[in-house]
Parts: sequence; structure tokens; C-alpha cells
Amino acid sequence: MAAEEMIPADEFCIHHHIEINFIHSVRESGLVEMTSRDEKIFVPVSQLAQLERLVRLYYEMDINLEGIETITYLLQRMNDMQQEILRLSNKLSIYEP
Amino acid sequence: MEFIDYYKVLGIDKNASEEDIKKAYRKLARKLHPDLNPTDKEAHQKFQQVNEANEVLSDPEKRKKYDKHGKDWQHADQSGQQRHSRQQSGFPGGQSFQGGDDSDFSDFFESLFGGSGRSRQTKFRGQDYNATLSLNLTDILSTQQQTLTVNGKNIRITIPAGVENGQVIKLKGYGAPGINGGPAGDLYISFSIAPHPLFKRSGNDLYSNATIDLYTALLGGEITFETLTGKIKLKVNPETQPGTKIRVKGKGVPVYKKEGESGDLYITYDVQLPAKLTEEQKILFTELRKLS
Repeated sequence: MAAEEMIPADEFCIHHHIEINFIHSVRESGLVEMTSRDEKIFVPVSQLAQLERLVRLYYEMDINLEGIETITYLLQRMNDMQQEILRLSNKLSIYEP
Repeated sequence: MEFIDYYKVLGIDKNASEEDIKKAYRKLARKLHPDLNPTDKEAHQKFQQVNEANEVLSDPEKRKKYDKHGKDWQHADQSGQQRHSRQQSGFPGGQSFQGGDDSDFSDFFESLFGGSGRSRQTKFRGQDYNATLSLNLTDILSTQQQTLTVNGKNIRITIPAGVENGQVIKLKGYGAPGINGGPAGDLYISFSIAPHPLFKRSGNDLYSNATIDLYTALLGGEITFETLTGKIKLKVNPETQPGTKIRVKGKGVPVYKKEGESGDLYITYDVQLPAKLTEEQKILFTELRKLS
């Protein structure tokens, strides 16, 4: 199994000028998967885009974590529905002249 | 290049405080931010302008310069220009929220402020590109290679047989180059399969119609049918009713990434009635009516 590259959470915080408490809260909410080793938190590279999105929602748009959880859930539902619409519209094309 | 009224963009007046600007920006960002409108290009464009307005008005120096020159921005000092970068992420693998254009700011902004933004020497992942590839139904019957030109670069891609309309594939690293040595973005290719005039697709199955004459429908016989891959002979049973559907196994669309597997072809029979009957035919049909 290929090892995944990890970014130390504190380094992420320095780059983004954010507090480590935010990372702890995100981790607790389960919105981003992280791992810890020797009491240090690490973010898998594959999760960076999602974490950066949360930083923007929280700091730029002033949306709290509960709001972010709701948005994430609704965006996922929206994405699922778009896939369903595409599937149905492909199916419907059979009946169109 | 037109003057942009940043106050108007944010919906605030010229005496707005820093707090007013922040509030107005956040309010619009919650509505238009690409993170919340991932597929809405119009929202992306509007947000770029909102972001640009915020970039200028939330920075006291830039705001001062903007207020001073206003509509005479063309005469403003352009010293110290360098390419601007708004992205704040600093890790390879991270994703910026903007996509599409090379520049996130208007020509107006670039003229007035050049690249005096928050540029840092950190690595940024390149933007993702999106492209649409138009195909015909016959194109997806076998795996094939095509060369695409995306932003001036030729990319040879393999299109697996059986791709669906609207299906998206990701080509890692074929997006915009990274900044300051960051990794390139990805290229997303969406397949658009044009509807076929004679064959309709549902999943891996195809649907079509075949016209048979009244006599073949009543007495049975054989017809030739042109599929997407060649002619086939079909046996028509006696007393075939209009709308009868038959299945031709394996003559549908190949199953995506499952070599040797294909869907089926369903053919519905349309029965064509004779027109312009001769007197003799009329007599015979009258006789038939009496018998039935």
C-alpha cells in the first residue's frame, strides 16, 4: 500500500494564519480526516483541498462550524441530485423524438 | 477597459467603514462564493468582481489610491507592477477556489494596482481545467484515442468504449502549471454524446424501430436491419402486432471498461399499412373482413 503524504497541522496553520483550535474543531466534527502521532496532528494531502475550503468558509465568510456541516451536507446532496438528473435525462432521451 | 465602481459592486456608499466593507463582502461571498456554487459559472464571475472590490476597499492604501484617481485611473501610478496572486493556500495538493481564467482580477485592477497584492513565495497548485469532448454514438462503440488541444497543448487521450453522456474523467496534472514550483492542476474532460436519429441509448442498451409491411407482419418473413455495426437479418413471426418489441442480444453499447461485454438492442416493429389500394385489393380485403 502506498504511503500518503501528510502535512503537519501546525504548519498548515502558520501558512493560513489560523489557530490550531480550528483544526481541533474540524477534526472533532469529522469534516476532514486527520491522523495524530506523538500528540501532533497531520492532514493527509488528499484532504487539503477540503480543509482549505473549510478555512475559507469559516474565516472569509464568517460561517460557523455548524453552518459548514450543514453546507457540506447540502452540497453533497446537490451533487448527488445533479448526478441523478444526468442519469434520468440520459434515460429520458429514449422517449424524445 | 471600463472603470469599475467597487462601492457599487459591494452595495455600499463611499463613506463605508472597514466593518461595513467586511460585512458587505461576507454577505455577498456567502451567496456567490465558488465553494458554495461549484457548478455556477455566473456566480464565479460575479464573485471575482466582489472579491476584487473587497481586495481594493479593505486595504486602506489601495482604497485611498482608488478614491483619489477614481475615473481617472488611467493616469494612476503603475510602478512596482508584478503579477498578482490572490490564492492563499500554500501546499501542493491544496486547491484554489477559482478556476478558468489565468487572472482573477480585471484589467482595470491590473492597470491601477499591478501586482501589488498579497503575493507570497509559496507553492500553489495550478488551476483545474474543464473541457468538453463531443462524440457521436458510433464513436463510443470501440475504445479509441483522440488528440485534444487544451490551452495550446496537445493531449492524447484514450476514450474507453461505452462512455456515458455527461461522464467526466480526470487527467491528473494536465491542468494549469503550478505557481512557484507547485504541482499542476488537473484536467476534467466531460463527454457530450450527440443523440442519434435512429438509435436511443439507455445505459448499455439501444432502442430502435423497424418498419415492416402488413403482409410480413401477418404472414411472417425475414427483414434486413441496419445496426450501428452492420446489417443483420431478423426473422419476423407470423401475426406480429404493431409495437412488438424484440431483443437482439449483444448489439447494444459496449459495457464501460468491461471488454467483450455489450448491452442489447431492442427493436420495436412498426407495421406499415398499404396505401392506394387497387380495386382488386379492396375486394380481397372486403372478403377478409367478411371472414374475420
